[in-house]
Amino acid sequence: MTDEKKASDPRKIKSVRRMKEIMTNYYIGAKTARENGKKVAWITSGGPVEPLIAMDVIPVYPENHGAMIGATKMGVDLCEKAEEMGYSRDLCSYARADIACATINGGPIGGLPEPDFLVCCNNICGTVLKWYEVVARYYNVPLFILDTPFVHGKFTDAAKKYVIQQINEYIEFLENVCGKKADPDRMDEVGRLSVEAQRLWQKVLDAAAHKPAPISAFDAFFHLALIVTLRGTQETVDYYKGLSTEMEERIANNIAMVKNEKYRLLWDNLPVWYRTRWLSEKFASHDACLVADTYTSAWSGVLHLIDEDNFLESMAVAYSSVYINISLDMMIDTLKKMIKKYDADGLVMHSNRSCKPYSLGQYDLSRMVAKQIGIPTLIIEADMVDERSFSESQIETRIDAFMETLKA
Amino acid sequence: MKSILSLFQSIAANPNAHIREAKKKTGKKVVGYFCSYAPDELIHAAGAIPYRIFGTKDDIRLADSHLQSYCCALVRGGLEEALAGRLDFMEGTLFPHTCDSIQRLSDIWRLNTDFKFHIDAVMPVKLNTKSARDYMIDVLSDVKIRLESGLGVTIGKKEIVNSIKDFNRIRTALRTLYEIRSTTPGIFPPSAIHDIMVSGMVMDRGEFADRVEALVEKASATAVDNAGKPGKRIMISGGICSHPDIYGLLAESGGDVVFDDLCTGFRYADGNISTDADPIEAIADRYMARAVCPAKHLSNTARAEGLVDAAKKHHIDGVIFLLLKFCDPHAFDYPYLKQALDDAKIPSLLFEVEDRMPPEGQLRTRFETFTDML
Ligand code: SF4
Ligand code: SF4
Ligand code: SF4
Repeated sequence: MTDEKKASDPRKIKSVRRMKEIMTNYYIGAKTARENGKKVAWITSGGPVEPLIAMDVIPVYPENHGAMIGATKMGVDLCEKAEEMGYSRDLCSYARADIACATINGGPIGGLPEPDFLVCCNNICGTVLKWYEVVARYYNVPLFILDTPFVHGKFTDAAKKYVIQQINEYIEFLENVCGKKADPDRMDEVGRLSVEAQRLWQKVLDAAAHKPAPISAFDAFFHLALIVTLRGTQETVDYYKGLSTEMEERIANNIAMVKNEKYRLLWDNLPVWYRTRWLSEKFASHDACLVADTYTSAWSGVLHLIDEDNFLESMAVAYSSVYINISLDMMIDTLKKMIKKYDADGLVMHSNRSCKPYSLGQYDLSRMVAKQIGIPTLIIEADMVDERSFSESQIETRIDAFMETLKA
Repeated sequence: MKSILSLFQSIAANPNAHIREAKKKTGKKVVGYFCSYAPDELIHAAGAIPYRIFGTKDDIRLADSHLQSYCCALVRGGLEEALAGRLDFMEGTLFPHTCDSIQRLSDIWRLNTDFKFHIDAVMPVKLNTKSARDYMIDVLSDVKIRLESGLGVTIGKKEIVNSIKDFNRIRTALRTLYEIRSTTPGIFPPSAIHDIMVSGMVMDRGEFADRVEALVEKASATAVDNAGKPGKRIMISGGICSHPDIYGLLAESGGDVVFDDLCTGFRYADGNISTDADPIEAIADRYMARAVCPAKHLSNTARAEGLVDAAKKHHIDGVIFLLLKFCDPHAFDYPYLKQALDDAKIPSLLFEVEDRMPPEGQLRTRFETFTDML
């Protein structure tokens, strides 16, 4: 990954250091929460974290932890351990790795801090429902489920009513487990900061529309951590302000992430965490830059639906409409917009065995993209954490062949 | 009894052929659906025949260009049937929200087939709160309206109530059959309950109600000569079962299936619908109360409790988990369900099926080893 580039390399993003600092402090804070009298909640990546921040609860993200497990190449061991426990190899590798990790306090940070309660929002998949049930039984802690009906074409009034009711139930649940009342002023403040962070994050991603792109999707995968875990804090806002300024400087100085950027590609689905560097170098060797992706924009893609003056309710609606909770014909609209905005020459789809809601339908999407926009798609069969499903030689051949057609 | 059972057997062996006939004979329209959370009561109330899609018995070819290989055989097989034109007797399809795979199948289906209508019933995933119940009632009301426009009919309260009555007759009879099988194993041929259940999900419900009630009457009067060695009492747990052959094989291996926890089994038969309340609310209330499927949430432990209770009640010697490969909801539940059975000292066997069953010899060995162990 780019953060490994030598310090003298002008292409290295300087904010990386700050990000590592914040994340380290965050995990230390989470791991010592008990001693400091704070509560810890485990929450899904698409879940509404803002009320937790407002209630002074430390949010912990098993999926972010799963990504760390993948990036540190500890996935296979942990996945195998889960399989020994009876979990099928066909299940999501975040879930497998995390479930196994909890039993041995293993993994890159010696396991996650134990939760006091759980918040599961199924706007990303049905897997998290089952996964959080497992966790709830394991730690014997309360589980709140925010059920966000899948959007087939249109978010219905009934669904809207349902999610808004659940937001109220969510706040009540928090008041119960925390033993204190929610403070509406504090909630407004957190909501405002969350929106600001999302706006800044989108601005960072938008910078890649510039040619050559000052940032690639591989960098976005890294810088994403804060918008997922700590949106709603001032620290996050400050961080993305800094990152965004850095992007402006890079554009002004014409610093490109890929040296001779000639081809601009769009990535779809989660990263292949244990091979981000290999993939980014592989594409770069063809003068291709993955300029944007459908994944990292999930945390700002519904910004237009959020009303700062009615944050909680509009947030519920917005979070129900995220990219993987909408039907294929709605996804294609988003894809088309992104292809235009970033002026992409091709689409790279990670067909991710772990993630059925993101991957099933890609074949149809790729045909729609070919037909409606006329750009080609490369489909890579892999898995985000479980390296056993990654065949380097096969993927290398496919990338080379794909790039040849693009060049032709 | 034999003649009714052989009718069910022939229907279950080839539901597509049956429905074509039935459609011709009754002049009714056919609406396809997936999963036991699709309100077939409303389809029946609309005067159409609800037709459950079970995957395919043929090879999967056409669906491969739409769905990756890591997707369950029910979803891939269902799409194959549609793309191959083998479901052309259907007017439209009703998709409930169950798992991630069905949810995407719905999109792919809508974009690649040309049935006259397509209804998504995005049911709640939680079944234990008031707001989920309210939402479910809204979804069911919406399904009703869409069925009306899709089929060009109006569905009055009276029609729904009558439909509910048919379904209550059906479910009462099915549960009686389950009881009879449990108390007198061997009374039916091994795969009879499977055939009955499949028939009940593809036949005109009015006709099925008559037939299944007749069967109950006959079965109640039939004494079985159980002098032969009774087999070990087996319960099957899983999603859908479309492999009737395993019942016979199990019987030959010394195991009688006397109960199940399948969505094409007891979970479908569980619970009647109240006839005192508003009919749509009553349908919702049955869904909230019936034996839960792993794609829904009732509580963190409801399924294990239900499984162990049922196993005890029916004096089960061993449980076979029959899971479809790539079915996430069931695969997630397996370790904890197995643990609950272990704790209750009930042995179990995990049996994962892909599109095709493993060779007979191999199956027989596994079943024999299991029943010997019990
Ligand atoms: S990777 Fe996919 S299946 Fe796994 S938790 Fe994330 S969204 Fe769900
Ligand atoms: S197992 Fe559950 S979700 Fe799956 S088809 Fe059966 S009833 Fe539907
Ligand atoms: S619940 Fe399981 S068997 Fe049913 S459609 Fe989903 S993955 Fe397939």
